[in-house]
Amino acid sequence: MKYLSEYRDPAIARALVREIRETATRPWALMEICGGQTHTIVRQGLDELLEGAVEMIHGPGCPVCVTPLEQIDRALHLASRPDVIFTSYGDMLRVPGSDCDLLQVRARGGQVRVVYSPLDALEIARRNPTKEVVFFAIGFETTAPANAMAVHQARVQGIPNFSVLVSHVTVPPAMHAILSAPDNRVQGFLAAGHVCAVMGLEEYGPIAARYRVPIVVTGFEPLDLLEGMLMVVRQLEAGEVRVENQYARAVPTAGNAAARRLVGEVFELADRKWRGIGAIPRSGLALRAEYAAYDAEARFGLGGIVTEEPAACRAGDVLRGRLRPNACPMFGTGCRPEHPLGAPMVSSEGACAAYFNAGRWRAAEPVTEGERAPLPVLATAGA
Amino acid sequence: MRDHLDLPANGALAVATPGERTAPDPYAAAGTRMAAGLSCAVPVPGGDRVTLGHGSGGKLSAALVRDRFLPHFADPTLAALGDAAVLPLGDAAGTTIAMTTDAFVVSPLEFPGGDIGTLAVHGTVNDLAMMGARPLWLTAAFVLEEGLELAVVERIAASMGAAARAAGVALVAGDTKVVERGKGDGMFVTTTGVGLVGDFRPAPHRATPGDVVIATGPIGRHGMTILSLRDGLGFEGELASDSAALWPLVEALRDATDGDVHALRDATRGGVASTVNEIAHASRVGIVLDEGAIPVPPAVAGACEMLGLDPLYVANEGVAIAFLPAARADAALAALRVHPLGRDACVIGRVVAEHPGMVVLRTPIGGTRVVDLLPGDQLPRIC
Repeated sequence: MKYLSEYRDPAIARALVREIRETATRPWALMEICGGQTHTIVRQGLDELLEGAVEMIHGPGCPVCVTPLEQIDRALHLASRPDVIFTSYGDMLRVPGSDCDLLQVRARGGQVRVVYSPLDALEIARRNPTKEVVFFAIGFETTAPANAMAVHQARVQGIPNFSVLVSHVTVPPAMHAILSAPDNRVQGFLAAGHVCAVMGLEEYGPIAARYRVPIVVTGFEPLDLLEGMLMVVRQLEAGEVRVENQYARAVPTAGNAAARRLVGEVFELADRKWRGIGAIPRSGLALRAEYAAYDAEARFGLGGIVTEEPAACRAGDVLRGRLRPNACPMFGTGCRPEHPLGAPMVSSEGACAAYFNAGRWRAAEPVTEGERAPLPVLATAGA
Repeated sequence: MRDHLDLPANGALAVATPGERTAPDPYAAAGTRMAAGLSCAVPVPGGDRVTLGHGSGGKLSAALVRDRFLPHFADPTLAALGDAAVLPLGDAAGTTIAMTTDAFVVSPLEFPGGDIGTLAVHGTVNDLAMMGARPLWLTAAFVLEEGLELAVVERIAASMGAAARAAGVALVAGDTKVVERGKGDGMFVTTTGVGLVGDFRPAPHRATPGDVVIATGPIGRHGMTILSLRDGLGFEGELASDSAALWPLVEALRDATDGDVHALRDATRGGVASTVNEIAHASRVGIVLDEGAIPVPPAVAGACEMLGLDPLYVANEGVAIAFLPAARADAALAALRVHPLGRDACVIGRVVAEHPGMVVLRTPIGGTRVVDLLPGDQLPRIC
């Protein structure tokens, strides 16, 4: 397939794997930020090919994984209302809230629809003026422009029965949270290409400098990821700390000015809870006061729905790279894809489900007690 | 951290608002037999009601049959869960028939490559053929919705009659019922088929280590055709359903291998991935698929990329998966490729003694991943 198969060429991929192995003089722990990148790594088995040279720690970049239980419970509440058509990206439908998921709400008569774009949700609102149409606006900087556009258009077109349940988070605060943790293991980052396509590179220079970690903006195809890893490993081996752009075909240094402007008009920075991590100050987006009329939380009075995450789940440790998923005491026993305790087991892009799905047939050996302890802290890269 | 989103307002971006189209809502499409691979959010919902996921062909469907029906029907032939029941009549000649039944619900009723009538013929005769039975007789029951155009009814009846004649089966009994407007999706069709079984007895539990896995044609065409039509995605020009009667291919396979075919299954609901999982489970063997060898037409691959779906889980209506000894592979492929339906037949994997019950896929790059049954339908991924 044109524009895709070029980035999946097996011979080039094998050459890149060889080069990474030859370049790395010791095992390096890298983190890919984005769930889409995790998806490719797991699908293609890249982590397996690089065993011993590069350990990929799967970052908190799956929007489904990090949407807090509380927002899911609020979504379930809204979707259950007879006057509401609840619209969402498809993969949120199976995420369990405290007692059910959106699919079960639908089976009980709730109107839940999958859309590919929030603008489609807006169109549903236009065609159903007697219903309240709510869109579940989740995701990182990648989905923020389209979600901002839907809200903006709702105001421009005067569509009063449209609102959004916002659970937007942004990448840099999560990187700060991971890197500033005392037991951080991450020595280099593959930054999320599509986030940077919107936001540009400028936020990452200060992070690289402050924590002395190489950051390479990376795409999503196998060759993108392998090239990104190679670029990080080269920096680490040379003791360098820079921001590089592997994904230049999609990411201009300045990002997308029009998209940023729109996001900035509709949203403002806000404190956000992350599933498994907890609250991170100024780590997400909320609607600006001018757009408060489109905030489903206010419109439907959802502030009273407050949910705590289950205590047995160590998703926070996994998402920060402190705990390997299969070293968790609940892994594969109390927590499985069919009955997940936490979000990383819910989403196949989540680290726990990725381990469970891809690794269980070859890593069927029982986990020993020793492996359950947090993994050792490695020296800061390039220090 | 800087307020990187506090940017000047400018709402003058021109973005076209699309017409109302909801994303592939596979749950609203029990009949399209769609499902998905590494999608986000995969727990099996508990729940006390039927969800559309129960119709997906994945784990939920299996649990529905196993837990809610089988205990009450308590029949050893049924419990084998073959594509069709194989029934010795007990006469001196040892006559054995195969019998099966299948319900068809698909929207739209007519699509490139067929309609609900041809589907109802092909689906049932193929279930017979997969057990080695020559299809002979069909019955058909039609549930029609008040308001359906009679011209549509007749068009479908005509193409159904033609499909039956082409498949060499006689439509020997039938029934019609009409339900109120809003209580049916235009037309539901149920067909029951009877065929004659000889010495050729492929069965789901007979796959053996050392077998090759053969796909008789390119995959994913039926599911993606229906999805494209439902969502107005505009791939229709390039896509048509593969709906076809497979008995001629089965005969060719039988004759080319002296009947040495261990297992056959048409890769319908749940796609190739679910089919090979069912065989791995029934035969207690491991299966290794070679991703690079699996024939995915460019239009299917492109549509799946856009929608975040995995073609391995997309429904087919004219592709069989055959398990036969490696020594027979060349003869089998040669015989299949003579037939127009089997022109692209190829070996896509092999049966191994390791990891019984589990399907593993080798990527072109050399990595591996597990290909599991999905809990429910495939949901589009956000990232």
